[in-house]
Amino acid sequence: MITKRIIPCLDVKDGRVVKGVNFQRLGDVASPVELARYYSANGADELVFYDITASAEGRSLFTEILTETARTVFIPLTVGGGINTTEDFDRVLKCGADKVSVNSGAIRDPSLVGKAAKLYGDQCVVLSVDVKRVDGVFRIFAKGGRENTGMEAIEWIRRCVGEGAGEVVVNSMDTDGVKQGFDLELLEKVCEVVQVPVIASGGAGKIEDFITLFQTLPGVDAGLAASIFHFGEVEINELKKEMKRNGIPARILEE
Amino acid sequence: MVAIIDYGVGNLFSLRSSFAAIGVEAEVTSDPEVIRGADRVILPGVGAFGDAADKLRESGLDRVVREEAERGKPLMGICLGMQLLFERSYEYGEHLGLGLLKGEIRPIAERIPAGLKIPQMGWNALKIVRESPLFRYTKDGEYVYFVHSYSAVKCEDSLLASTEYGAELTACVGKGNVFGCQFHPEKSGEVGLRMLKAFCETEAGR
Repeated sequence: MITKRIIPCLDVKDGRVVKGVNFQRLGDVASPVELARYYSANGADELVFYDITASAEGRSLFTEILTETARTVFIPLTVGGGINTTEDFDRVLKCGADKVSVNSGAIRDPSLVGKAAKLYGDQCVVLSVDVKRVDGVFRIFAKGGRENTGMEAIEWIRRCVGEGAGEVVVNSMDTDGVKQGFDLELLEKVCEVVQVPVIASGGAGKIEDFITLFQTLPGVDAGLAASIFHFGEVEINELKKEMKRNGIPARILEE
Repeated sequence: MVAIIDYGVGNLFSLRSSFAAIGVEAEVTSDPEVIRGADRVILPGVGAFGDAADKLRESGLDRVVREEAERGKPLMGICLGMQLLFERSYEYGEHLGLGLLKGEIRPIAERIPAGLKIPQMGWNALKIVRESPLFRYTKDGEYVYFVHSYSAVKCEDSLLASTEYGAELTACVGKGNVFGCQFHPEKSGEVGLRMLKAFCETEAGR
């Protein structure tokens, strides 16, 4: 049986891994290349590199780091952050990325998902969304969660998948950083409307949160988290073993 | 030296890097002379079958690959490259493949229960059905990374390993010096690298 994927996310700024707590305070963790190697050796099924640099220097440093990672880490790599055009897709794919995640870029240019899917295939295009409840309605936020677009989230996701997004990363801003579990209500709604893989993000604080996620929502394919992995609060191989004990298919590396 | 065939389909960065990681010299090339001079050949590929088959034919490399394989040179197709080794595919119409292996490519949707996602994307276990030098360092049940919507059928002749995704799907094939992986060994961690290493140790000859 295909396994549920566990995906550490590395936010990279000026060549270093950072983790926003509710997107605000940023603290340094480690070298992205070293951390990627560590995760790959310890059971991560995939890695997400998120470029949160604004400057041109930062961007070229990011592509160097990406290249260096792809040279030595042989699990799928998804890259996001600053992806606004098909040229941006090209830039990161040439450095060894397997999938490219678009967020604000798709909001700014809704034709981007379709164009990229045509050029690189649906499997290569990942839609990433930051979602927050506003007056009881799920809304899409842009620019790293700073700007309410006013768009209803489920409809936006459905539309982008229709255009060719081959996977969806659903990040709940309401549960992100709170460490009280994933946003099951939001994720359930997303699973109801899309047939492509759904990756849950935001809210994992402990192993049980992943167990609850996969047991409650069989339609969710993967769980993504950052700080709990970076700070060693959850060790991926331990998490996988616990998943397996609970009957959730997981890929466990031999020791 | 391993020749990784570049016919304008897909990204070969990781494939080249994975040979470097196992200490095997590899060259990404579209030069028939380099391919003829290589010890082994890798036929990669992502995207649609018809498009890839056309590109391979337009470049004339289809003949080179077939000739080298028929001379007994070890050849491995990866993902779409594996599918191209077969006789034909029914991905958007009907397209001819290289015909080096018996069998054809059909949508997995025809064989798996409704409700399972397509493509199969992620890590799934190998079920080895036939011994092969390709599995020199691989154990039954090890996980590899798949991304595919089509798979090889009617290929009992060359089937080496399958994977369970609502049905038994073809994962690995091999006959004589011709091998293929539906999954991506270059994205399957240590398991994938070990399989590439085993391929590099296979002997020439049909």
